Amino acid sequence: MIPVDFDYYKPESIEEAARLHEQLDRQKMLPLYYSGGTEIITLLRLDLIQTKAVIDIKAIHECREHILGEDYLVLGSSLTLTQIEERNAFPLLTSVSKEIADHTARNKITLGGNICGEIFYREAVLPLLLTDSLFVIGGPQGVKILPAHEAFQQTMQLGRGEFLIQTLTRKDFLGMPYMSVKIRQQWETGYPLVTIAALKAKGEIRAAFSGLCSFPFRSKRMEDELNRKDGTLDVRMDRALRHIPAPVLNDIEGSAEYRLFVLKNTLTDILTVWEVEQNA
Amino acid sequence: MPETNKKVLILSVNDEDKDIVFRPADTLLGVLRGKLGLTGAKPGCLNGDCGACTVLVDGIPMKSCIMLAIEAEGHKVTTIEGLINTKTQASFIKHFAFQCGYCTPGFIMVCHSLAEKQPHADKAVIKEWMQSNICRCTSYQEIEEAVASILAEE
Repeated sequence: MIPVDFDYYKPESIEEAARLHEQLDRQKMLPLYYSGGTEIITLLRLDLIQTKAVIDIKAIHECREHILGEDYLVLGSSLTLTQIEERNAFPLLTSVSKEIADHTARNKITLGGNICGEIFYREAVLPLLLTDSLFVIGGPQGVKILPAHEAFQQTMQLGRGEFLIQTLTRKDFLGMPYMSVKIRQQWETGYPLVTIAALKAKGEIRAAFSGLCSFPFRSKRMEDELNRKDGTLDVRMDRALRHIPAPVLNDIEGSAEYRLFVLKNTLTDILTVWEVEQNA
Repeated sequence: MPETNKKVLILSVNDEDKDIVFRPADTLLGVLRGKLGLTGAKPGCLNGDCGACTVLVDGIPMKSCIMLAIEAEGHKVTTIEGLINTKTQASFIKHFAFQCGYCTPGFIMVCHSLAEKQPHADKAVIKEWMQSNICRCTSYQEIEEAVASILAEE
């Protein structure tokens, strides 16, 4: 049971949602945008967040769009992860998504909810970072479009009253070779020791990570080291690991040392497969 | 339109419309059990992990502990009480696919949806769907047999 009361709103347009948020914010109702809601319900039940009003964005048409257009794949932020997987227009995203929570939970968890949530893994963002996707954001100032690496820096960079409407991914990225691996301490569901998503774009390797630090990231400096032509794979890997942007997590899921061990081995496996293919 | 002051919710549950006085903060699980007396969906982890509270919403499995009741308005909710005399129920009985039975309704709901949506599902798909539920008595082998027999029939 959720021990607190809140009001529930279900706007049908971006403008109405933004207007409601402004109004409720002025009334000190601590409004929260709500999509799948799985995390909000859990955190409210545990009294870890406060709100007196939730704004459900699932009735906003743009948030439900799922279009493979001429140039871009459009994914509405309120699409559930299983809807994205079943259509499978973005195989790397499907692959990463299938490892998040479990199938029934993914019938409720949405793309936007996973990326904008409090739980720091936010793995659905990895493919979007790797493909230089665009994020469409709505709010009191209207609608704006930002590159993924600007809109998402450790967390979604949303201003007051803003929410994620859609992501746009260029179609030419959708068919590129990819790999994604989620390594857990044990079992086949649960949080990762490390999740690696990798893409081979025009011969260059791109890689993004979750579970390694306290935020998901893509590091160009790490990619530069991995793509250097000099040095053995082992040497390039050691150079790349020097550019991990924050302390490696050291918690009950795994020690920092173990995470690095797992990261290095998994990344080596991925690169070995691709380099063998390239030299074949 | 704000739903703030709405006190009555009309929910379609097991093909019947029900008028319910509710709080917007009520979960679907809480309303099914507390307001409608449908106690087949079980509270387990209340966290979306165990699957004991699974119901179908428009035929799709949902963990009712992580869904607000108001989100189900306009959709068809099916609980374990709505699956009386189905092949899925019979198969779980035939294969003794339970021990204490607490998790059984959740497993049956997922299995029923899978048979409806993907009657020719391969082993990987069956595993993916059924991993959403946990059985602490570890009746997994019998559950697997029950699921396999239903899909084979389909």
